[in-house]
Amino acid sequence: MSTPFSVTLEAHGIACDRGGRRLFEGLSFSLGPGDGLLVQGPNGTGKTSLMRQIASLLPLAAGEISVAGAGDDTPPAELCHYVGHLNGVKASLTVRENLTFWTAYLQGSPGDSIDAALGVFGLTQIADIPAAFLSAGQKRKLALSRLFACPRPVWLLDEPSVSLDVASVKTLGNAIEAHSQAGGIAIVSTHVPLGGGFTHTLDLHRLDPTEEQTP
Amino acid sequence: MKAALALLRRDIELAFREGGAIGVALGFYLVVVAIAPFGLGPDLNLLARVAPGLLWIALLLAALLSADRIFHNDHEDGSLDILTMGPLPLAVVAASKSLAHWVTTCVPLALLAPVLGLLLNFPIDTIPLLVLAMLVGTPAVSFIAGIGASLTLGLRRSGLLLALLVLPLYVPVLIFGVSTISAAVTGPGSPWPPFLMLCAISLASMVLAPLASAAALRTSFR
Repeated sequence: MSTPFSVTLEAHGIACDRGGRRLFEGLSFSLGPGDGLLVQGPNGTGKTSLMRQIASLLPLAAGEISVAGAGDDTPPAELCHYVGHLNGVKASLTVRENLTFWTAYLQGSPGDSIDAALGVFGLTQIADIPAAFLSAGQKRKLALSRLFACPRPVWLLDEPSVSLDVASVKTLGNAIEAHSQAGGIAIVSTHVPLGGGFTHTLDLHRLDPTEEQTP
Repeated sequence: MKAALALLRRDIELAFREGGAIGVALGFYLVVVAIAPFGLGPDLNLLARVAPGLLWIALLLAALLSADRIFHNDHEDGSLDILTMGPLPLAVVAASKSLAHWVTTCVPLALLAPVLGLLLNFPIDTIPLLVLAMLVGTPAVSFIAGIGASLTLGLRRSGLLLALLVLPLYVPVLIFGVSTISAAVTGPGSPWPPFLMLCAISLASMVLAPLASAAALRTSFR
């Protein structure tokens, strides 16, 4: 956690097409070390798609995204942590095995920070039970523990607070703030207030006003 | 390299812990071979003559039973997304997962084959060659199955479509696998030329199939 990060993430005029429909276009932002970007908008406006584009999981319809400053030619996807709607948790592995595998896979060495990472969300007591017995919130916490076990400068969190309890949401907000103070970049989409100091806010809205639902 | 080993170890461990796939493949292999004599009649000479082909065909079908799981589970729980964000190229991820399928499905099937050979009056002194040919030929089975699994990713009931796509590609493995055994059992000729062809097919599949799988996986991220 103490590794000081210094990366910048820039997006120039990016656009996204899903199912033949343009979700957003001409989106540009520039984030430096310690910046946080809060992505807001109604359902279906491309919050998840934007996250997946930054993580190189979706092709860009236009524009470009660059992540620079890591010092070498590391591909952008290797600088990012992506925690989306699916947790990537294997039911038949224990909590500790799940996290140990991801750490070993993502950084090529089994880190010694597994226990500390499990402690962030209080998963230490259940570290040795199979993940099949976890609740939805606990699985989400386990997915979020990857952020601490294997330090990476860019966090892409797609509605991370879903199924978390109030105290854990607060823990998450503090973690995002600590990450920013360490010079990391956090891009978070959420419908609930997370706290944390977000320096930028991005409001996505529907391109076609006729689709706008009246509340 | 460490990342690839971690992935391989996890996939093998998952296959053994979840158990089902291996047990079903072995059971299927046993049942298919065991009912063959009922259909073909009790002629021991006939059984010995068709045994190599029957053992190979049943092995291919049994190996395909679990093939759609090569990528399916990781796709479903989001692990595949995270796997693409690691240090490994997607082709190495695909190769590692195909290799895990070989270790957990094809190796047990190849080791079961001698027992099933006894049911078909397979000559006992040729059994070592049978196991060897199957161990050498089945990497092609797993790696080609990986292509099918990545192409059918995300489809419902992908198993049958996968079999349709992949079984025709197994024809070379089948031809050279069977002719290795046949040459040793009945002659004429030496079993080694087809055996070496079998090696070549496996080696080529291990190099080329992961590239195809990776390309197919990339299209699934759309």
